[in-house]
Amino acid sequence: MMSILVDENTRVIVQGITGQEGAFHTARMLEYGTQVVGGVTPGKGGRQTEHGLPIFNFVREAVEETGASTSVIFVPPRFAADAILESIEAELQLIVCISEGIPTQDMIKVKYVLEKSHSQLIGPNCPGIIAPGKSKIGIMPGFIHEMGSVGIISRSGTLTYEAVHQVTQTGLGQSTCIGIGGDPIVGSTFTDLLPLFQEDDQTEAVVLIGEIGGTAEEEAADYIRKHFTKPVVAFIAGITAPPGRRMGHAGAIIAGGQGTARGKMETLEKAGIRVTSNPAEIGQTLAAVIG
Amino acid sequence: MKIHEYQAKDILNRFHVPVPRGIPAFSSEEALNAAGLLGYPCAIKAQIHAGGRGKGGGVKIVRSESEARQIIENMLGKPLITKQTGPEGKIVNRLLIEEAIEIERELYVGVVIDRNRARPVMMVSTEGGMEIEAVAAETPEKIAREYALPGFGLQAYQYHHLVSALGLEDEQAKKGMAFLQSLYNVFRRSDASLVEVNPLIVTRSGKLVALDAKLNFDDNALFRHPDFLELRDTGEEDPAELEASEYHLNYIRLNGNVGCMVNGAGLAMATMDIIKLHGGEPANFLDVGGIASPETVANGFKILLSDQNVKAVLINIFGGIVRCDRVARGIVEALKSLPVSIPVVVRLEGTNAEKARRLLMESALNFIVADSFDRAAKLVVGAANSGVQ
Repeated sequence: MMSILVDENTRVIVQGITGQEGAFHTARMLEYGTQVVGGVTPGKGGRQTEHGLPIFNFVREAVEETGASTSVIFVPPRFAADAILESIEAELQLIVCISEGIPTQDMIKVKYVLEKSHSQLIGPNCPGIIAPGKSKIGIMPGFIHEMGSVGIISRSGTLTYEAVHQVTQTGLGQSTCIGIGGDPIVGSTFTDLLPLFQEDDQTEAVVLIGEIGGTAEEEAADYIRKHFTKPVVAFIAGITAPPGRRMGHAGAIIAGGQGTARGKMETLEKAGIRVTSNPAEIGQTLAAVIG
Repeated sequence: MKIHEYQAKDILNRFHVPVPRGIPAFSSEEALNAAGLLGYPCAIKAQIHAGGRGKGGGVKIVRSESEARQIIENMLGKPLITKQTGPEGKIVNRLLIEEAIEIERELYVGVVIDRNRARPVMMVSTEGGMEIEAVAAETPEKIAREYALPGFGLQAYQYHHLVSALGLEDEQAKKGMAFLQSLYNVFRRSDASLVEVNPLIVTRSGKLVALDAKLNFDDNALFRHPDFLELRDTGEEDPAELEASEYHLNYIRLNGNVGCMVNGAGLAMATMDIIKLHGGEPANFLDVGGIASPETVANGFKILLSDQNVKAVLINIFGGIVRCDRVARGIVEALKSLPVSIPVVVRLEGTNAEKARRLLMESALNFIVADSFDRAAKLVVGAANSGVQ
């Protein structure tokens, strides 16, 4: 069985492994079976973590010693952009940034360097990525997932868990679930990941969870209409959100009449995507579409 | 974070963007003294965090002390209603008194972040004084844009293009270049999310002046600018939202009667949406974050119940790392110390959800425990609309 970006052989290092969040979620990832092979905390290199993993001062050093291809970042927001840049420089294939609250101008710099690299960045401000039964790289509760055929991409955290739970209840299970993050500028957006789901044999359908703000959903609609052949079910959060207010996520804001949930839903529907306006019926809608 | 016009102009001035001579005033006396210092005619401008002040009557030119006195009395301490304030308006507690400017042309310039391209973009238009969104919708050809190269900013040829699009020539073009460069520096160096000068004025004597200025900061970058925190005017914020921010809760007040408390921003929005879908009106957005501890639940309730319109409450928690039984204990504990007289519907899903439901049902408190998201929404809307417990 395939999945996208990660599988049971993915070797992961944790940046910020000695922090409270980093240490806690490293334990949860190890419990799930993820191959966490080390961590990075500048100044603490040479020691071992409470999980018995080696700590390194630099990402490049950690990669050389452990053969990791992937990094997951739990460092405080003011240092997080630097942590991403260090991982890009160390040529990691996949970088998953959980940290919330990175300044936008820092992300502009990251995005610019990222575009000229071979790394794929998921996040920041996201729950991470999971290929159920294989590898969990992030903070999502592993047990709600079931290995299966549905790919899930979402700008949210707990709303993704809600969708996962509903898909699990239908018996379909998930191939790979990715939270792309709630910030205005994220490393990967829907259109970066949909081609991977298109190519993935395990994935038979995709659930797309969007929200107000920006135009990521509109671009996804355009891509799906032109290139995506598998069924897609979408939900867009924020039909009741007032304009001009940031709804929790830094990127969730209707600005100048642009980025409304209604507009996104209409664009997706026009592209032939089944949109449900009821967040409790994502699973049912998917089951109906697949038949 | 938003700041007032007079504060924005102070920052612009520090970056050598020309602004009119002006003096902020917090009382009638201060305002009259300021007008006297600047001389007549001068402008009296209400300082509130909302646009559309001119059309709402919040900007007046006065020609004499008696006229100034009258306008100041009419503005200070009174609500100003604009299309952005809502029907109740916003109380004016601060004024900006400014020298009057003789206007030859009104232009527009703004810098924002283009989310798709992940770059700052400077936009200019010859249609100053109009909302840029309206210009974009009606006459998009009248807006010129240039995207900054990350790390290097806007280049000289890009400023040339923008200045030319504004129809500035010769000496004015040089002033325009300097103006736009300085404005970009404000955006870059203050970690702004928006800088807008609308209108940018060409005066009768050919000078360029920022007649109005709007500056919003990226909240995530405020740690780099501790001095900006002093510019926050908490008087401009909803008292309940202000209190919530002190508890580190993310709360936004709306007009409905169904209160909701949710973990996670996306699920919180979806919860508002499903309430509306089932015929209710959400009273708020409230994200209690990943850790719904007894303390956060109790604080959340305090905030929710401060809104008299709330007739029923929905607690929707998807337990992940946070175990639902812990959240349930938190809810029970919170409600023991804070009696609630309106119906409370609770939906808990995820880690230890079954155990949590039993805990709630066995408590002496009167919860309505829902076994699904959809059912929870229907129950809370029914409860709010019937007013029955």
